[in-house]
Amino acid sequence: MELRALLNALEGLLEEAGRLFLFNMRLFAETFRFVTSPRRSLRLDGRPLLVQLEQIGTASVPVVLITALFTGMVLALQAGLTLEVKLKGVTQFMGRTVALPFIRELGPVLTGLIVTGRIGSAIAAEIGTMAVTEQIDALKTLATPPVRYLGVPRLLACLLMLPVLTALADVVGLLGGFVVARLVLGIPANVYWNDIPNMLTAGDMVSGMAKTVFFGGIIAIVACYQGFTTSGGAEGVGQATTRAVVWSSILILVSDYFLTAFFALFL
Amino acid sequence: MIEVRGIHKAFGRLQVLRGVDLDVATGGTLVILGQSGGGKSVLLKAIAGLLEPDQGSVRIDGKRRDELTPAEAERAALRFAYLFQGAALFDSLTVGENVTFALRRFTGKSVEELRAVAEERLNWVGLRGIQDKKPAELSGGMRKRVGLARAIAMDPAYVLYDEPTTGLDPISSDAIAELILSLQARLQSTSIVVTHDMALAFKVGDRLCLLNQGRMHAQADKEAFRALDDEVVQQFIHGRAQGPIQFL
Repeated sequence: MELRALLNALEGLLEEAGRLFLFNMRLFAETFRFVTSPRRSLRLDGRPLLVQLEQIGTASVPVVLITALFTGMVLALQAGLTLEVKLKGVTQFMGRTVALPFIRELGPVLTGLIVTGRIGSAIAAEIGTMAVTEQIDALKTLATPPVRYLGVPRLLACLLMLPVLTALADVVGLLGGFVVARLVLGIPANVYWNDIPNMLTAGDMVSGMAKTVFFGGIIAIVACYQGFTTSGGAEGVGQATTRAVVWSSILILVSDYFLTAFFALFL
Repeated sequence: MIEVRGIHKAFGRLQVLRGVDLDVATGGTLVILGQSGGGKSVLLKAIAGLLEPDQGSVRIDGKRRDELTPAEAERAALRFAYLFQGAALFDSLTVGENVTFALRRFTGKSVEELRAVAEERLNWVGLRGIQDKKPAELSGGMRKRVGLARAIAMDPAYVLYDEPTTGLDPISSDAIAELILSLQARLQSTSIVVTHDMALAFKVGDRLCLLNQGRMHAQADKEAFRALDDEVVQQFIHGRAQGPIQFL
């Protein structure tokens, strides 16, 4: 009996994996078509992309920047207390202590998690609601492939805007660290800023930005898939939204480890 | 001409269609009757290409739906109009944008021309001056009319109505029936109406058929259908709880 249940669970898992694989194939094929034939595609699908760039990019700026600012400030405060109190007088390393973890890890991961909460949930809820109210079917009857019309703009917007948001978060995070270093810990500006290039390499910048492209892909794919496969009315939309946020967050954190290991080998 | 042959469709263990055969001749209105949950909408979605049957085939003007190339499928989709039970208007777009959705994507019309077409189609369904409203601002009957205006914007050859009077009061239901008749006359299209509303069925249908237990139980021209000496058909027409049709 237990073996039967296990086999059923395995079968369900494989079916889900197969559906996700097929969905990804369709989404990437449509995205490739959009990118390679922009003249026709832009005429057809340009406006939804602009809307998503605004929603995912511009509208996310305030929350990303506030989070980055205070995370940079906290990082500087914690680092300052450690360097000053426990290691006695090595505050000249404050710049690198804030910049390295921020640009390598905190900037990309925090931005990914914030966009997951803000945009991943919205994508899953919007497409999920369209699925349960037959709007997805309505698109098909109007000769408009739903994955092309809804999925492609969201995937492209996530892929394009995550690096931009992360770059902004990095800058504001370092500024937050500087404010605390200067005003709270009394570290001179030139000591803070001059220490950053000592340790930070181009590879750190590249790996941090490259990660965000993966994170953007994860957010869009998971949220769109959950939205398109929603069933069961309002309850189903709620469950799809929760699954989108939970799975995106987990995948971002897990993939971050492997991406870090990968970039450590090559950069 | 639509030819449906041996369509089966199951959702999990629930077998909804068990080998449906149906011919829909060009012109006129066919009404598909059946119990709620009996598979009428599933059959309509299979005809529209929204659902893939597990077995069987749907031919549109001689061509099997499942053998169409993507370009042919796109052209076929534009020949079909589908009115959804809940209208399925796009919430994020205005009424005008909903109505001209396909026109914007498949014709080179200017904004002014699109507005003119939207106003014309909205007039056809008895609505005026609501182009800039959002679907959330409309009543249920108005949403259905806008859904119909959107469906017919591309001058379709086939118009499919999925429970067009569900959730409407008798007066609004009759208004929808009148609308179906007027659009049929104006577009000269082939209409398929799925319903369990007998008043609507006898008002708009040229031919009626009854789906029962996943199969096509009976089909005939309107008056012949009304007079059919068949217990199942008569139970359905007169809405009796007692009889061979079991309550689902």
